[in-house]
Amino acid sequence: MAETKPEAAHHGEAHAAPTNFWWKYIFSVDHKVIGKQYLFLGLFMGFIGVGLSFIFRWQLAWPGTAVPGWGKVTAPQYYELVTMHGTIMVFFVAMPILLGAFGNFVVPLMVGARDMAFPRLNMSSFWTVFVASVILLISFFVPNGASRAGWTNYVPLSDAPRYTAGVYWGGNLWLIAVATDFASVLMGGINILTTAIAMRAPGMTIWRMPLLVWQEMVASVLFMLSVGPLIVGVVMLLLDRMVGTGFFLPEKGADPLLWQHLFWFFGHPEVYVVAVPGLGIIQEILPVFGRKPIFGYRTLVWSAIAAGILSFMVWAHHMFLSGMDPKLAAPFSVTTIAISIPFAVMLFAMIATLWRAQITFATPMLFALGALANFILGGVTGIPLGSDGTDIYLHDTYFVIAHFHNTLVPTVVIAGFAGIYYWFPKMFGRMMNDALGKVHFVFTWIGFNMVFIPLFLIGIGGGQRRIFMSSVYTYYKPLQPLHVIATIGLLIILTGQIPFLINFFGSMIWGKLAGDNPWHANTLEWATSSPPPHENFEVIPTVVRGPYDYSVPGMEQDWAPQAGEPGVAAARA
Amino acid sequence: MTESVAEIGVPHAAHEVSELSASYEIGKLGMWIFLAGETMLFGGLMGVFTLVAFSRGGWGSDGAHVNWRLAGINTIILFTSSMTASLAQGAARGGDLARVRRYLSASGLLGVLFLVVKAFEYAGDVREGFTPLAGLFWNFYYLMTGLHVLHLFAGVVVFFGMLLWVKPQNAGSWLERKLKYACLYWYFVEVVWVFLYALVYLSPSVQ
Amino acid sequence: MLGWLPADVSTFGPNIDSMLKLIFYVVGMAFVLTEGTLLAFIILYRRRKGGRASFVRGESFRELAWVLIPVLIVIFLDVMIDVKAKAIWELVKEQNPPAGVTVKLEALQFGWEFTYPGPDGQFGTHDLVQTTTLTVPAGQVIRLIMGSKDVIHSFYVPQLRLRQDAVPGREIPVWFEATQPGKYEIACSQLCGISHFAMKGILRVLTPEDYQQWVSQHWPKSASATSKRALSARTSGPGKEG
Repeated sequence: MAETKPEAAHHGEAHAAPTNFWWKYIFSVDHKVIGKQYLFLGLFMGFIGVGLSFIFRWQLAWPGTAVPGWGKVTAPQYYELVTMHGTIMVFFVAMPILLGAFGNFVVPLMVGARDMAFPRLNMSSFWTVFVASVILLISFFVPNGASRAGWTNYVPLSDAPRYTAGVYWGGNLWLIAVATDFASVLMGGINILTTAIAMRAPGMTIWRMPLLVWQEMVASVLFMLSVGPLIVGVVMLLLDRMVGTGFFLPEKGADPLLWQHLFWFFGHPEVYVVAVPGLGIIQEILPVFGRKPIFGYRTLVWSAIAAGILSFMVWAHHMFLSGMDPKLAAPFSVTTIAISIPFAVMLFAMIATLWRAQITFATPMLFALGALANFILGGVTGIPLGSDGTDIYLHDTYFVIAHFHNTLVPTVVIAGFAGIYYWFPKMFGRMMNDALGKVHFVFTWIGFNMVFIPLFLIGIGGGQRRIFMSSVYTYYKPLQPLHVIATIGLLIILTGQIPFLINFFGSMIWGKLAGDNPWHANTLEWATSSPPPHENFEVIPTVVRGPYDYSVPGMEQDWAPQAGEPGVAAARA
Repeated sequence: MTESVAEIGVPHAAHEVSELSASYEIGKLGMWIFLAGETMLFGGLMGVFTLVAFSRGGWGSDGAHVNWRLAGINTIILFTSSMTASLAQGAARGGDLARVRRYLSASGLLGVLFLVVKAFEYAGDVREGFTPLAGLFWNFYYLMTGLHVLHLFAGVVVFFGMLLWVKPQNAGSWLERKLKYACLYWYFVEVVWVFLYALVYLSPSVQ
Repeated sequence: MLGWLPADVSTFGPNIDSMLKLIFYVVGMAFVLTEGTLLAFIILYRRRKGGRASFVRGESFRELAWVLIPVLIVIFLDVMIDVKAKAIWELVKEQNPPAGVTVKLEALQFGWEFTYPGPDGQFGTHDLVQTTTLTVPAGQVIRLIMGSKDVIHSFYVPQLRLRQDAVPGREIPVWFEATQPGKYEIACSQLCGISHFAMKGILRVLTPEDYQQWVSQHWPKSASATSKRALSARTSGPGKEG
């Protein structure tokens, strides 16, 4: 290369594409490769996470029987399973897929950049979460196994091994893995924000950015501002466990509630960190398959920002009954009910997008609509929980579990699948099979509701959560059939993943060639080849309109690419 | 065809720059975003320390044994190192590479001096029986100052590493920018120290 | 849906249940309307041959009104729910009605320990310590002072609609009044270890007469006079509770 060393050293997106296997596929600095790496890792961890739920849901439906492929579940195992299920799903599936996979793959393309701002940092962020995932999985195999203290890891339970019947390295590795995962997401956030702020193509004002980019930015800011105190808490707890400090031990003068405050101060914004990009995926898909603009683009942006700001003020609704001063419940209850308002705005706007649309039901749209339908259920069931008076009864019951699965699963899993089907052609150059996709949708969506609607009822019936064997309680007896229905629902979900796996891997090889823009969508990622060339665009496009000009009156074609002549696909040199 | 502003970080010949994000320097933006996250980290820690202190009605005698004199010397050392860092930036702007190297080394060495003084301080504390396990105050003290030490050490490594980059072929805006980011980080480390000093050294020993 | 609620034997149970009912009706209506609209749009606006979608961007105030007015209704309902729920919270968690009987509760891995002060109402004199079963009279305010010997647990009785975490290092007061005698299960409602699920207690609510008998059984010397004092402590104000 004619460039001097420092230029090449920092010009990470080297002009020439790497040819060496290691630099091309393993230590790639190309955001498209890194995005796919995150996707594969996230899907792998997701299958482990759902596999864990298969084991404990079998135990819940048919207690004491041998789970196929596992054997009988013991109580310590049960608590390990539910702890790791939650930990894996939130930290090692939701964030890697929504921020790492979609954020990385789509954001630079959507803003018209050649790569992320800091490609080597990007590569480091992937390998960091990879290492974190490995550390977490190793914790299953250390003496006494992985953490059993719940994904919320409350102290003092998680502070001393004797409280969890001897789990030592499991708890330590849990803390290390989670902190490492946080570091990875922080690194990724720097890239997402810098790229979206500073590397947009000419003509792309911030109000012409696609909504997914906005949501990824909001998520990155939320994460960055909320995670610091919990990293502090994780380090403190690790020191307590490994060195003997007393940050959280009552016998050393500490307040156990401190952990809860630190955890939930982060934990609540965190659920919006994962919800908001998921909603963003839906917001990208609805206009394309309804052939009309998203309703209320700026309103959606402001609502997401408002929800993000409010999310810092609601955390103690997880702690109404924790022993904190009861007078604190009222303000947090008010802010919690208030946060339903920006979400109501967003949901109503998304529904309004469909009014007088021309809807087609390709697989991405099915998943997007299914996600929207269930997120509405998740949202409304948050009200009795956020309201302090009724939370007295519903706290720590299956009602809570059903509520958060009806918000997290739609935004992470169902919208995640929508995103996979939608951007698979761009990632791999081929279409996924739509018929198999529809089968996948039907099994997944119906199975999902079959799991969680009964769980709402268990909660109303008083069934508290994290119960290995509910036959201990007579009030739990009438609720047992609901557990059976729920587990059957899970079996349906699992069955439905088989066509997905066949479709996902098979289409990479045998899928119909996609072409640049199979969906006739406007955003910039569709203005280049599928998959895009090494530096994304042969010529950086100049943006002339917003992202959602579909069915513009007077325009013959019902779509208008952001960087193209009206009615004509953007020319490529 | 107008190229994207991704090229802004590249010291090629001038590129036509978009009318929109021309003013954004991605390195500086990235560094500020990184520092925002770090602020939440140290801020969170200091916030927790303060809240715990409030709920216990102060640290009382536990906090009276911090060596605020040695730490005060360290404060002066750190201020000086920030000054030399700033002088290094000025020298880079003036193109005087020898002075850049001198001031950069000075900041690095002063950073090392800070660490040496800190080592003495820790040794003294331990000798008096104030180990990291000597009580909740000392738990926090070692955690907070230790985290700061790690960040400072990273800054020292960066300064010494950058010496390798001070070469004639890098002189110009590229070197200025890299220095700017490193100095930004260093000033952050210093600001954190100022807060730490007030919070961990001055206020407990006054009570 | 609310048919799944267990029996209610608590004086504030009806408050909580009616709040649950109110929320479910309000929220249920919002849910049905919202999902109904979504479903209607999905069905009505399927692509028709030669059809063209309506270019509505939702950026004018007129168009946004369709979203903002429903949101205003949501806000109004939210405020109403907040106000009513606050009253219930205050009743259950902030008020401190004078108690007929006070008992100390210690949660531990994995059981419940109850310390009764006895008819004199003073702790430290003729205390009775029992595990697993909490015996109280119906029709009186019972005050529990909750603590924990190890990790965080949570005292939960579904039929009382009562739940409160027990935190080591703290003494947290809780009150209830059972309306019906009977045996009710106490469950731990905060993950506390591998036998969290097995940490069952029994709340034994006795009729006033049976409770009297139970008291005289355990504090035989102080039958009659002091026990009557304890029973009337509810009307005579604070001071007797430990």
